[in-house]
Amino acid sequence: MNKPFNRTKFSGKKINLSHGAGGKAMQDLIDEIFVKGFASPELELLEDQARFNLSDLSKLGSRLAMTTDSYVVDPLFFPGGDIGKLAVTGTVNDLAVGGAIPLYLSCGMIIEEGFSIDDLQLIVASMKKTADEAGVRIVTGDTKVVPRGAADKLFINTAGVGVIAEQTNILASRAQVGDVVIINGFVGDHGAAIVDARGELALEMSVETDCQPLNQLIQVMLKVCPDIHCMRDATRGGLATILNEFAVQSTVAIELEQVKIPVREEVRGVCEVLGLDPLYLANEGKLVAIVPEKYAESLLDVMLKHPAGLNSAIIGKIAESPHGKVILNTGFGGKRIIDTLIGEQLPRIC
Amino acid sequence: MKFVDEFRDTQKAQTLTKAIHAIACRLASSQTKPLQIMEFCGGHTHTIFRYGIEQMLPDSIEMVHGPGCPVCVLPMGRVDDCVTLAELPNVIFTTFGDAMRVPGSKKSLLQAKADGADIRMTYSPMDALSLARANPSKEVIFFGLGFETTMPSTALTVLQAEREGITNFSLFCNHITTVPTIKAVLDSPDMKLDGFLAPGHVAMVIGERPFDFIAKDYHKPIVVTGFEPLDILHSLWMLLQQIEQGRSEVENQYSRIVQANGNTAALEAISQVFEIREFFEWRGLGSIDHSGVRMKQAYTNFDAEKKFAVPNLKIADPKSCQCGEVVKGVIKPWDCKIFGTKCNPENPMGALMVSSEGACAAYFNNGYNEQKTA
Repeated sequence: MNKPFNRTKFSGKKINLSHGAGGKAMQDLIDEIFVKGFASPELELLEDQARFNLSDLSKLGSRLAMTTDSYVVDPLFFPGGDIGKLAVTGTVNDLAVGGAIPLYLSCGMIIEEGFSIDDLQLIVASMKKTADEAGVRIVTGDTKVVPRGAADKLFINTAGVGVIAEQTNILASRAQVGDVVIINGFVGDHGAAIVDARGELALEMSVETDCQPLNQLIQVMLKVCPDIHCMRDATRGGLATILNEFAVQSTVAIELEQVKIPVREEVRGVCEVLGLDPLYLANEGKLVAIVPEKYAESLLDVMLKHPAGLNSAIIGKIAESPHGKVILNTGFGGKRIIDTLIGEQLPRIC
Repeated sequence: MKFVDEFRDTQKAQTLTKAIHAIACRLASSQTKPLQIMEFCGGHTHTIFRYGIEQMLPDSIEMVHGPGCPVCVLPMGRVDDCVTLAELPNVIFTTFGDAMRVPGSKKSLLQAKADGADIRMTYSPMDALSLARANPSKEVIFFGLGFETTMPSTALTVLQAEREGITNFSLFCNHITTVPTIKAVLDSPDMKLDGFLAPGHVAMVIGERPFDFIAKDYHKPIVVTGFEPLDILHSLWMLLQQIEQGRSEVENQYSRIVQANGNTAALEAISQVFEIREFFEWRGLGSIDHSGVRMKQAYTNFDAEKKFAVPNLKIADPKSCQCGEVVKGVIKPWDCKIFGTKCNPENPMGALMVSSEGACAAYFNNGYNEQKTA
């Protein structure tokens, strides 16, 4: 792996408890790895909090949006991404799907004693790169080191702040009969990539995570269709879970066409072998939007032209009943209800 | 996707569905009740629900979802035994994924794992053997379950362990047999079935001949069936033809995989390692004679039941459960007194609610819980 950072006095070293003890060792680590790595003016002030100018924020919209998420993925590095990229895109996307323009992130790291500082630096560089791509800044942070065994290598928490424009009103309860369901590409890539990266199956294939920031795509979408009714990113629990949330909260039915849902051949293969359903696999760069039908084609048009939406598709529509249910036309002539998962998807015996 | 999409072709599905409707229509005049056809295997149940095949069939055909889901029919006592083994010091307990959630009388393996037991999900018994090699100071126990489909791979793993002289690997054998179970269903006094879809992957191992008695002695038609949706429709069409022509034979729809005499090498491995138990307890069906296997004396060193003190607990099924009647097609899942109320996928009381392949869970997940109140 190419290391996109310069050698420091930490190169080849491991995190020890003194790096979280508040003294010189911790200060060095923060200065060398985080402040330099994230390179944001707010962070460089080294105050206990980042400060924003309200009048600048209010130019972008009328409401603040705030969200937080914790990232504990194992393995830390996987095809197409790593925990750092995930920690930025996840929080950026949680803001963006509400129609917010994401601006600032915090970064809390809980590091297990013995963790490689080279890996930490790689992850920080990945966070910085992703933040730059998404147009957000990491402005405040926290570092804790816990004894070996008290955490698994590295956990990251990011919180994010963004601004929502006056006219935007995206709510899970706004789906209306006749609306259409749009997704911005292949489902299940991230879930399949993680199964692959765990290496338990020795699969002869490779799927990369779809981990990507969605905020720029969403801003383009809002220009064409200012009245997006519902929108969420289909992370844990996959497409099926998000659609169930919309169906329940809007008291409508959602009818999906299996043949229109984009699934990569490799992902289908993994699912066939393991008895998993791609509709429930996690994504990290997929949004599901419910929009008035009159906008559907023009919206799809701009989405298909955006790098984050190259395989976008209209996959279903909102119907009257049965309330709160997601129904899949199987493409074989039958229908089935797509329910929410009870627990984790478990591979079947035979 | 090659070798997959061919078996899910919509055009062919329509042709078969039309042909099925035509025969069903001709048969309907002589019927006083819907034709009840049992798919024995949980894999078939899964396909039927996944592709919505039931809605493609005429009302005069009713699918009865049989007992062939090894996870569903695992009795609570056996799960308790697993938990006891898993909680022994210095043990790594390995299992197929979907057995993790099956409730025991106190807890499931998933809960035991949360309580600190070292329980690992494996995709093959060979993975368990690899764990044994990698952890020579630990005892690795593999929870072997399933019908004849999974038996050969377990048997071959034990043989491999013996060849390598691995001493820290053992098998907790809960494998079950298909034929005595179908016989128990057929012998039940309230049995009303008109035909069977035979489990394709069991037949891949044991062949077609062991199913002959169903046609000869019980005069029921039976078709060995594959697991893709077109396989199911094709087999139903073959079965209906037998019914219309008054035949009862064993036919093989799954000839791309199943040979008349099965897989000789697999059968040899099975008979080398396993022998029939006098009886085996089933969740929902009670004790069935000769319906399970145990390890032969020669493999005692690999037999977790001999190596460790397995309590071999007998825990009665909850009295309110009507799984037995559902499995035999006597009642539909939603006719059960506790379906969707006390018994649901989050808190399964009965066998058939346990795995997504169980009939009740499949109905519940597909929204049939509302039929009860509708």
